[in-house]
Amino acid sequence: MREPVEKDRGRPAVRATGLVKNYDTVRALDELKIEIPAGTIHGLLGPNGAGKSTLVSALSTLISLEAGTAEVAGLDVSTHPGHVRRKIGLVGQSAALDEILGGRQNLVMFARLFGLSRRDAASRADELLAGFSLVEAGQRPVSTYSGGMRRRLDIAVGMILDPEVLFLDEPTTGLDPRGRIDVWNSVTAIAERGTTVLLTTQYLEEADALADRISIMKSGRIIAEGTPTELKRQRGGDRIEVSAATTAEARAIQTALVSTGGPEIDLNEGTGVVTCPAAGGAGDLSAVVRRLDAAGIVADDIALRRPTLDEVFLALTETEDA
Amino acid sequence: MSIIREGLILSRRDLAHWGRQPWTPIFNLLFTIMLLLVFAFIFGGSIELPGGGDYIHFLLPGMMTLAMMFGVETTMTTMANDAKKGITDRFRSMPISDASVSLGRAGADMISSTVEIIILLIGGLLLGWRATNSPLAGLLAVALLLWLRFAVLWIGICLGLTIGKHEGATVLVQVLVWPIGFLSNVFAAPEFMPNWLGAVASWNPISATATAVRELFGNPTGVTDGWLNDYSLLAAVAWPLAITAVFVPLSARAYRRLRR
Repeated sequence: MREPVEKDRGRPAVRATGLVKNYDTVRALDELKIEIPAGTIHGLLGPNGAGKSTLVSALSTLISLEAGTAEVAGLDVSTHPGHVRRKIGLVGQSAALDEILGGRQNLVMFARLFGLSRRDAASRADELLAGFSLVEAGQRPVSTYSGGMRRRLDIAVGMILDPEVLFLDEPTTGLDPRGRIDVWNSVTAIAERGTTVLLTTQYLEEADALADRISIMKSGRIIAEGTPTELKRQRGGDRIEVSAATTAEARAIQTALVSTGGPEIDLNEGTGVVTCPAAGGAGDLSAVVRRLDAAGIVADDIALRRPTLDEVFLALTETEDA
Repeated sequence: MSIIREGLILSRRDLAHWGRQPWTPIFNLLFTIMLLLVFAFIFGGSIELPGGGDYIHFLLPGMMTLAMMFGVETTMTTMANDAKKGITDRFRSMPISDASVSLGRAGADMISSTVEIIILLIGGLLLGWRATNSPLAGLLAVALLLWLRFAVLWIGICLGLTIGKHEGATVLVQVLVWPIGFLSNVFAAPEFMPNWLGAVASWNPISATATAVRELFGNPTGVTDGWLNDYSLLAAVAWPLAITAVFVPLSARAYRRLRR
């Protein structure tokens, strides 16, 4: 693999404002604004039809915009698409590979198209096969690859020119857990070497695990943005959940916790789970345990829960519907 | 020129397919050869020609012309498959010329059609077909066949880029090539068809190429009078030229419209 390139940290890798794109009557991009700092992994989350792929297509020069300006690697996608194409790698939703050819043949062909000489294309192909753990499969036709291998080869093709920005459109959709983890490792390795990654995904855990920052997209707009931690904090902080076997026990737990002067305690009668906020984290947890002990109550289960990205996502995308 | 280089790289991709899956082109050829055998032995005995002549000498140039025309479907399907798999989008995200993708397709299809003509010539010779004119006239005949192939190639590229994503539309084209191909003088002489049908068949661009190729090979044309008898060579040059002039710009437009 090549040495990591020190990128200009001052200029964002992607900067776009006022992007508009309509498909018939559907507003796929609606005055969209996004900025992605160089050298980061940016997760783009959203329900189906939110416009994630349209945004990726617009930023990778595949479609024209009706309004707005977008710069990728400091270059305007509308006025200088050819220059932008030298700076980006695109890995679309379906693995855009020649199924009949071998993995290495694919890499060599795309590398030649990227302008590499025959010799450079061959050595770059071998580098990438090694980097993406595909050396053994290199000669086999792609049609015999597993989903995860296909995806890795697909990403390897996107990395041929060592792009400044790599677009990954739902890279793990349809993969088994093993394949997903392999792709995650590849993405992390790519970002560590300085490439900015814009990743769309339907899996919140994927965005949580990989992304430095996340944009949540709905109906062609970005409706929330921040680090995973920031987004979760919007949904409220940590809390403690105590479960009881019976409703009576649950009520006793609630009383025990309230009587010690704690903040608002919530009891879900249906599930028998008592919830209380835990701003103090683990310290609060042991306080709750001591209180229950003092009251002589044995709980079924007691745990410190953090808000998940799923909750944030569902809350945001649902309230917007109303 | 980078556009030529890119086109060649993309053409070579198709040739590499032959190395990986030699059976696909072989099956395609077997199909054409089967059609040749069916007409030579099953129908051939009962098909008469105006002006006389042995049917196999009439049939082979017609078969070669039909094979070129059927190429429209191969080109369309290949273009459509690349678009469906996202390969076309990947090409479009790369720093290559807009025309390279189509030129690559053109190069690959012209090479495979040349091979197809050679195989059919060999098959014809085995069945008793002979060219009686000069070798130069024979080469010109092959050039006219390839000229037709080049023209329909752009129809295929245009269709692949526009209707390629609709499964039903591509199937319709695959069906339509049959009546269009048969409504010509490829297998039978228009002079023995009902008047109006014969007129349509004579005006079919395929008939022009088939007649010119027959003349150049020194084979019976099945045409005894009419404009096709006098101007087949001119028509075999002009028809494909007209098709190319219409469909090259349409293909370029279809490629640009992918940006919509």
